Amino acid sequence: MSEVKRRSNTRMVPFPSDAIVPERDLGKTPVLEARHLGIQFGGLKAVDDFNLTVGPTEIAGLIGPNGAGKTTVFNLLTKVYEPTSGTVLINGHDTKGLDVAHTCRLGVARTFQNIRLFDKMTVEENIRIGLHNSIEYGMFTGILRLPGYWKKEKQQHEEAMRLLKIFNMQDMADVRSGSLPYGAQRRLEILRALATGPRLLLLDEPAAGMNPKETEDLMETIVRIRDDFQIAVMLIEHDMRLVMGICEGICVLNFGQVIAKGTAEEIQNNPVVIEAYLGKGKGEAK
Amino acid sequence: MAQFLEALINGISLGSLYAIIALGYSMVYGIAKMLNFAHGDVIMVGGYIVFIVLNNMGMPAALAIPAAMLVCVALGITIEGLAYRPLRQATSLAVLITAIGVSYFLQNAAQLIWGANPRFFTIMNYGNIPVSLGKDQFNISVGKLCSVGVSVVIMLGLSFFTGKTKMGKSMRAVSEDRGAAELMGINVNRTIALTFAIGSALAGVAGAMLVGVYGVQLSPTTGAMPGIKAFTAAVFGGIGSIPGAMIGGILIGVIEILVGTFISTDLKDALTFAVLIIMLVVKPTGLLGKPIREKV
Amino acid sequence: MTTSKKNTLITLVTLAVVTVVFLICQVGINTGAPWMTSTLKGQLVNICAWIMMAVSLNLVVGISGELSLGHAGFMSVGAFTAIIIASWLKRGKGMDSSWLRFVISAVAAVGISGLLGFLIGIPVLRLRGDYLAIVTLAFGQIISNVIRLLYVTVETDTGALHMALKLGTGTPKLSGKDVIKGAQGAMRMPQDSTFVIGFILVIITLIVVFNLTNSRSGRAIKAIRDNRIAAEAMGLKVTKYKLMAFVTGSALAGLAGALYGLNQSSLQAGFFEYTKSIEVLVYVVLGGIGTVPGSIVSATALTILPEVLRAFSEYRMLIYAVFLILVMILTNNPHTRMFFRSLRTRIFGRTDEEKRRDRL
Repeated sequence: MSEVKRRSNTRMVPFPSDAIVPERDLGKTPVLEARHLGIQFGGLKAVDDFNLTVGPTEIAGLIGPNGAGKTTVFNLLTKVYEPTSGTVLINGHDTKGLDVAHTCRLGVARTFQNIRLFDKMTVEENIRIGLHNSIEYGMFTGILRLPGYWKKEKQQHEEAMRLLKIFNMQDMADVRSGSLPYGAQRRLEILRALATGPRLLLLDEPAAGMNPKETEDLMETIVRIRDDFQIAVMLIEHDMRLVMGICEGICVLNFGQVIAKGTAEEIQNNPVVIEAYLGKGKGEAK
Repeated sequence: MAQFLEALINGISLGSLYAIIALGYSMVYGIAKMLNFAHGDVIMVGGYIVFIVLNNMGMPAALAIPAAMLVCVALGITIEGLAYRPLRQATSLAVLITAIGVSYFLQNAAQLIWGANPRFFTIMNYGNIPVSLGKDQFNISVGKLCSVGVSVVIMLGLSFFTGKTKMGKSMRAVSEDRGAAELMGINVNRTIALTFAIGSALAGVAGAMLVGVYGVQLSPTTGAMPGIKAFTAAVFGGIGSIPGAMIGGILIGVIEILVGTFISTDLKDALTFAVLIIMLVVKPTGLLGKPIREKV
Repeated sequence: MTTSKKNTLITLVTLAVVTVVFLICQVGINTGAPWMTSTLKGQLVNICAWIMMAVSLNLVVGISGELSLGHAGFMSVGAFTAIIIASWLKRGKGMDSSWLRFVISAVAAVGISGLLGFLIGIPVLRLRGDYLAIVTLAFGQIISNVIRLLYVTVETDTGALHMALKLGTGTPKLSGKDVIKGAQGAMRMPQDSTFVIGFILVIITLIVVFNLTNSRSGRAIKAIRDNRIAAEAMGLKVTKYKLMAFVTGSALAGLAGALYGLNQSSLQAGFFEYTKSIEVLVYVVLGGIGTVPGSIVSATALTILPEVLRAFSEYRMLIYAVFLILVMILTNNPHTRMFFRSLRTRIFGRTDEEKRRDRL
């Protein structure tokens, strides 16, 4: 794997006191700060005392065995669920009481584990939904086709094409998104999220169902997106090659609690993590 | 006070009729996940069968009602097999429109066969029980009282059937997850047909009661309005739930009669529907409905 | 061809076809052509109104994905608003221009039914699926029930308008000439609707729905229909766009009501019960959910069909019902659909979409 992708040259430094961010992000407001975040469903603590800081250009990973509560964390960060305890700060703004749409407008965009595209709409239209809040015109401008309509529609089209270029999907612009092959659907979902102009991009298992070649390309693209757009990316992934290859800070979750945080090397050698993944007996045997 | 009590008793009694119809809607909705718009018209057919057996054949009510149930069951199974079964994988809207088509069909077929003239019959004439309450007096119709009993028995029977018997359990399984039930070896088509059979049998009873006890005139469109009201009741109580249909039916009946007695006869439908709307806005899944959580 | 260009083309072709059909009918009327029977002539304005109803309901059901069974309620609000305003203008204010009367009453009808759509939409659109259906049905029934109790009179000399609701037993005593008389409905209203007005309103409806659908707001509405959770996550205000579709649909239904109401010689509130809402829904579903041209064709065909079937007299509604069931089964059953698809492929070859899918 090439050095560009591996990013092993990033030095992770403590920030503010109990978290780490890449050295280059030091002194900038973290894009995400989760403090003592928790949620209960009935009596069950699905996520408990979750703390995480993500720097504004960091690629962060959230890993853990199945059912550890990773997607629940994403749902808490995007306010699908209102946390029962703790706070989420996006760029320093408290998201308490905000709904999903409002949180998105603060700069958090996400993809979904089970792809959620607008199936009956075309690829381009999907991206245009992402651009909804950045290239605006009102209902009557649209119905009466005032000059603003033509101008903004052109802008949306150009921007959508620019985004589609990231994954070389320009020639699929008019395909109904529901009829795309699986991998292309996953990529479209990333582009759609990117179209909302996020500061933090949350990817829920972006490489699921992809072959090794596609995963390799995806890794490269994620890094490129981060570099070009200067945004933070946080991803949930089971493919350890991807996680260890591009994530700078990694957070390991088990039974709703953070059991380890650190760089790829630190996580790989952490006995608690190995135990969580492989079970006690096997961990020792190894 | 006496007037209130009389209205309350009449409301409970009318409500128990709604409950019987609502049970049919609710079970079919719970298992086939469809709004069977034609249910009200099956009730109408049931009413005509009772009329024919009573008046044209001169048989007693004890024979007419089972006959109506039998014909309704046959009709229900036929409708399900011919019109709904081919649409098992279709969108719910397509099924709804088909059900509307079936409803039109039954109404117009009834008009061709039996004509549009209103008919009447009575199946119970046991008179009234006079009740004195201080100076006030009012009557309770025995027939209406019996219908409350009938609907309670039906509800208990159905609860037992779905809770304890093997067929009832397979019905519940199909309603939870049709695919999984099929993999467990449950014959989904037969289970759905059984549900329609039960619902239609109830419609037969309801048809007999609607005309024979409540004195509603029998015509090809007789079933439509009670059908809509009962469906409202099923939604009110939480669709898919048997006690929910019962409670919803009785509440809608009581509200309707109380509003009609004390506020305005002209506004009773509007106010009954208004209560339903308020109820659903406050608790979107009805009184006893289970909340659905969408998984993200 | 790109999707937006294709949509524009569909819009233009639809508008052109509607215009051509209108012109043919006009020629038929003017030359007294034998196919322009008096029954058909009497139906022309009504057909326009039902097309508007179907297209506007398609916006709610097809584009926004909310099953509404109360659409006729908004039509009746529009119809009776227009009847009151037009009667008042004619009999109270002595306005002679029927065009002007129509425009003013239609604007009022759109305003009132749109406002009502807004007020109803706020609580109702929180509900989903069949629950929404039953609540809109309930609202439609409430509207029809309330209008049945409405008494309106106009004083011809002073131009004063009196309104009262009948609550309790007595009929409200109002001075002046009757405009609406409770359950007996409206009568002697100015019949200001013409086929030309109907045509213009159909065109307006089509342009509003087409342009809304193919704009930023329309895409938001469709996105919420396709996947509400994802739409929210993209920062869309779900309630705003659901309301936008619902209110636009209601306002257009009110406009259709104005057209229909001012075409009748008498009209009762009972006409707009839930059965009418369902009839319009049938137009939408048979025409193809979400496809506007389909709604136009099916609304036209199904308004004329019962007239054509008059030859079968008493069997006509039975035939209509069987037709409805068969069409639904044939177009929705997986086996018959497969059959139609293979038939189409054999005749026309593969569609662009299928070819593209093969390539991917």
